[in-house]
Amino acid sequence: MSTSRDLTRLGAAQMAEEMAAGDVSSVELVEAALARIDAVDGSAEAGVHAFLHVAADEALAVARSVDEARAAGEPLPALAGVPVAVKDVVATRGMPTTVGSRILEGWVPPYDATLVERLRAARTPLLGKTNMDEFAMGSSTEHSAYGPTRNPWDLERIPGGSGGGSAAAVAAYEAPLAVGTDTGGSIRQPAAVTGTVGVKPTYGGVSRYGLVALASSLDQAGPCARSVLDAALLHAAMGGHDPRDSTSLAGRAPDVVAAARDGATGDLAGVRVGLVRELGGEGYQAGVQARFAEAVDVLREAGAEVVEVSAPHFRYALAAYYLILPSEASSNLAKFDAMRYGLRVGDGDPQATAEAVMSATREAGFGDEVKRRIVLGTYALSAGYYDAYYGSAQKVRTLVQRDFAAAFERADVLVSPTAPTTAFRFGDKLDDPMAMYLNDVATIPANLAGVPGMSLPSGLADEDGLPAGIQLLAPAQADDRLYRVGAALEARLLDRWGGPLLDRAPALGSFPRRDLTTTGAPA
Amino acid sequence: MSDTPARSAEQLDADRVAHLAGLARIALTDAERERLAGQLSVVLEAVAQVQEVATPDVPATSHPMPLTNVMRDDVPVPGLSPEAALAGAPAVEDDRFRVPRILEED
Repeated sequence: MSTSRDLTRLGAAQMAEEMAAGDVSSVELVEAALARIDAVDGSAEAGVHAFLHVAADEALAVARSVDEARAAGEPLPALAGVPVAVKDVVATRGMPTTVGSRILEGWVPPYDATLVERLRAARTPLLGKTNMDEFAMGSSTEHSAYGPTRNPWDLERIPGGSGGGSAAAVAAYEAPLAVGTDTGGSIRQPAAVTGTVGVKPTYGGVSRYGLVALASSLDQAGPCARSVLDAALLHAAMGGHDPRDSTSLAGRAPDVVAAARDGATGDLAGVRVGLVRELGGEGYQAGVQARFAEAVDVLREAGAEVVEVSAPHFRYALAAYYLILPSEASSNLAKFDAMRYGLRVGDGDPQATAEAVMSATREAGFGDEVKRRIVLGTYALSAGYYDAYYGSAQKVRTLVQRDFAAAFERADVLVSPTAPTTAFRFGDKLDDPMAMYLNDVATIPANLAGVPGMSLPSGLADEDGLPAGIQLLAPAQADDRLYRVGAALEARLLDRWGGPLLDRAPALGSFPRRDLTTTGAPA
Repeated sequence: MSDTPARSAEQLDADRVAHLAGLARIALTDAERERLAGQLSVVLEAVAQVQEVATPDVPATSHPMPLTNVMRDDVPVPGLSPEAALAGAPAVEDDRFRVPRILEED
């Protein structure tokens, strides 16, 4: 039980190992995480601001029960005692759930999402809820009604979105693991710009029951972590069939943990890697491209055969996505009607009708981006335009799926840069929706087709010293391929770098430090 | 696609945005209508390119996986208690959601 080392720097797998060996307790790990949150998370005005709610008492109570169970020799699940943060789009019984929106400010769900139920069954202490773009609409976490999250690499820059809070919490060592959701890249793009690992599982691989829906045919929950193995552990803990979600995949889920462990040997002989011609080139930052090219060389060194593949319809994916998403969102968000839960505005006047109260509440409770997309979706679905917009977008979806099918004939996994640029500065794209939407250009095709995707760090861009990500894509239900190839690439890149990329994040060292000796967390 | 509007996207004006927002039950301010009209016209122009490849021979896909109906045995299971169901309500009266008047006076 050393007090001289920083427990927050341990990964989830290592935490589990050390707890099993009796070298550290869950209470110590949770206390270290809480102290770190206390030291660096700050507020909407300063600090990382990854958390909207911290559940300190509850997390400590779970940690104590795990430590007692372990002392009593009870068998425990793999991640028992490892703290986890959860994106605020996921319903947590007894813990506020706001979706980053004023319309649900203070709302406490009366039930748990299935994935939360599973995390509780896995006896992971839940640290709290992480910040996000309102209703998961955005690529920068600037659209949170509660103020933005800041990138631990540079506090003047965005942490990606919509899951910027989850990615930043992991990158700033506030949590070893966090749950995210990915509708068009909201796990992978934040992972890329914060130097972490993020995975969007196959659509249906992790239950959506209890997630506040954005676009039901695209949304997918998945893990955020600092290593491929840690991501696999969280993926396995919350995934698998759920009878309460009609789109949940039946049958046996691929063993992603075994695949991550297998990949860590770094051997990729016999693996065919497809370079997607359309995801790169124009519009992609030079430093992002350079790190991507190096990572591809590393895949070759590991024995992989690299081929170029073409996916000609990917160039229509962004447009299709920005029709499908608003259409589904305009329908899903109709439930925020001021009647049964959430905000209600304008019923002081007894003559006010339900319709007037509804309109006033939605005007007051929704932010700009949410209104923009609801109006766009309402238009795209309206009579006379449905075929031209929504109908055409659904045809593009077919073409994108066909492109994937053809590409996976030639390659086991596909690769591309995850995001076209490194983290941009706050406000840079706030009033230009199309510029903001372009961040998701490389991640969106996977959501349209339902295939799994992973982002892991590829290095630091030369221009700005900020992290870039490489994206791996696999066929539906072949998530284990991502973990195998990802772990092999990660192992070789870590060898090259001589240690984790996150150790080089300048802003991490400049946070205010306080005396944490009682919790064993100081550097 | 022949009965659909022009290939190029329509320009949305503030009145059109007001109408759409009314359908979506959002009481936008005048300034919001103006701003959204400009932004949405740009977005619509960009997304209209889906029509370039959406030819009649391409079937539409609404979902990444084939959907099937999921049924369970018709066995009663406990639901939320009235207290839990009403806990997040903006207004409650006699164990029910209290809502504003649904109908106009006349």
